[in-house]
Amino acid sequence: MPEAAISVRDLRKSYGSVEAVRGISFDVARGEIFGLLGPNGAGKTTTVEILEGYRKRSGGDVSVLGSDPAARDRGLRKRVGIVLQSSGFYPRATVRESVEHMAAVYPAPRDPSETIALVGLEEKRDTRAGKLSGGQRRRLDLALALVGDPELIFLDEPTTGFDPAARRTAWGVVRKLKELGKTVLLTTHYLDEAQSLSDRVAIVKDGLLIAQGPPSELSADRARYRISYRRNGQLAQHETDDPTELLHRLTGEALERGERLEDLSVSRPTLEDVYLDLTSEEPS
Amino acid sequence: MSTGALLWRQFRFERRMFWRNPSAAFFNFALPLIFLFLIASVFGSKTKDLNTLVPGIAGLAVMTTTFTALAFNITFLREQGILKRVRGTPMPPVAYFGGLLANAVANAVVQVALVVVIGHVVYGLTWRHLDVLELAVFTLAGVVAFGSLGIAMSHAIPNFDAAPAYVNAVFLPMIFISGTFYSTSSLPGVLDAAARALPLKHVIDGLRAAIVTGSGIGHHVGALLALVAWSIGGVTLAVRFFRWE
Ligand SMILES: Nc1ncnc2c1ncn2[C@@H]1O[C@H](COP(=O)(O)OP(=O)(O)O)[C@@H](O)[C@H]1O
Ligand SMILES: [Mg+2]
Repeated sequence: MPEAAISVRDLRKSYGSVEAVRGISFDVARGEIFGLLGPNGAGKTTTVEILEGYRKRSGGDVSVLGSDPAARDRGLRKRVGIVLQSSGFYPRATVRESVEHMAAVYPAPRDPSETIALVGLEEKRDTRAGKLSGGQRRRLDLALALVGDPELIFLDEPTTGFDPAARRTAWGVVRKLKELGKTVLLTTHYLDEAQSLSDRVAIVKDGLLIAQGPPSELSADRARYRISYRRNGQLAQHETDDPTELLHRLTGEALERGERLEDLSVSRPTLEDVYLDLTSEEPS
Repeated sequence: MSTGALLWRQFRFERRMFWRNPSAAFFNFALPLIFLFLIASVFGSKTKDLNTLVPGIAGLAVMTTTFTALAFNITFLREQGILKRVRGTPMPPVAYFGGLLANAVANAVVQVALVVVIGHVVYGLTWRHLDVLELAVFTLAGVVAFGSLGIAMSHAIPNFDAAPAYVNAVFLPMIFISGTFYSTSSLPGVLDAAARALPLKHVIDGLRAAIVTGSGIGHHVGALLALVAWSIGGVTLAVRFFRWE
């Protein structure tokens, strides 16, 4: 089996007395899109910035493309693209100049024009970075991270603040990266983003991983089917592990009474239900 | 690309960005020259005064193009997260900061040359005693001392909005006691001692020797040593307290 692109074992990080990350372990396989999903303050940025080599860990082991990022090896940085949660540009450089300038730093960069097209900024190529909208700036972030043609890409909240259309565009770019065989570690507090992009998701809360797996299995884990319908205008809901029998019984009874089951639906809990369930405060 | 080639590329990029920034271009290029023209017109352009003013403005220009400009620049680059972005790429820090410094050095050199030429062409200051080597030595010494102090200063500045207050708190008193605009030979003892302890007076003394009096470097070893000491202090502080974010 090929070595994992990222391997994290019992990672810990304290800021003074604040324990931001309290023992996290996960692996990201090559070519995989891995989502770290969690609310603000969960420890996502702390985790990725340790993997990017920006912060020193307090404990545990990490390996990124076979190296320890804390060693700050230049060779590793040639193979990694980083979109930080927030970072700036030279405001007076145009999109094209910014991307071309960045390309020169890498041994085998992508074509700058093609990279600009990839993130959908062709029409803004001659606009100065300081004049871009928030969403366009985020796309320039992405272009700068991709122009070095990295094997592994970190995306820290890549679509926060996007409108729905811009978010779809960004998702399209991430899917293209997957087609190109890249490995992606993304963080998000948007469920639908984690769900629709990631091969596997890890849910982080208070510095701990509380669930991990493919989005479908994460839901299936606790999955019960939910059957709901209206009777006399009242919403009725049932949860079950096997909807076949319950449905049979419900529809049979309704037929006997000569009623219809208005608004009948059978649904499975989405990742959202799991997420809300897992990250809600436990009743004390 | 080699580190040298990347440094050169960064330098050219910084040049292009510099000229697109009207306020930076104004403070680095126009301001010292405006001081020169204004003070020469207000206080008259007697040769004796010009012999003080021209090297004084040259020294002022060295300080604005390096100390002031770098304190502002680095604070901005840090606050914007540009330094942090660079740190995540394979760009060697030597190439990046080398390009940034080279940009400031280029401004200092052009500015000193402009002042020397204007002093001669516009105000008729003689070039009979001009010592180009000494001019280069003291410009360089000033650039290294003030450049490193500017970077060190940026570490103390909490955010870009506060930068003018911090920089001017250092810059303004220093230019007034260091003989920039007028001779400070009759300065009260305390202020004179302060001026001698600070770097600007030594830069100006060296530049005056190079431009006006023609007394060689041998007569200004003290000034040079003071600048070397400030450079060592500046580089130490700049490196020791460096913050990327
Ligand atoms: N540089 C820092 N210094 C002190 N505390 C920090 C620092 N960075 C993050 N924290 C704290 O660590 C916790 C996790 O933050 P972060 O990793 O940014 O979470 P997320 O990215 O999931 O929102 C938060 O409580 C945050 O306040
Ligand atoms: Mg974060």
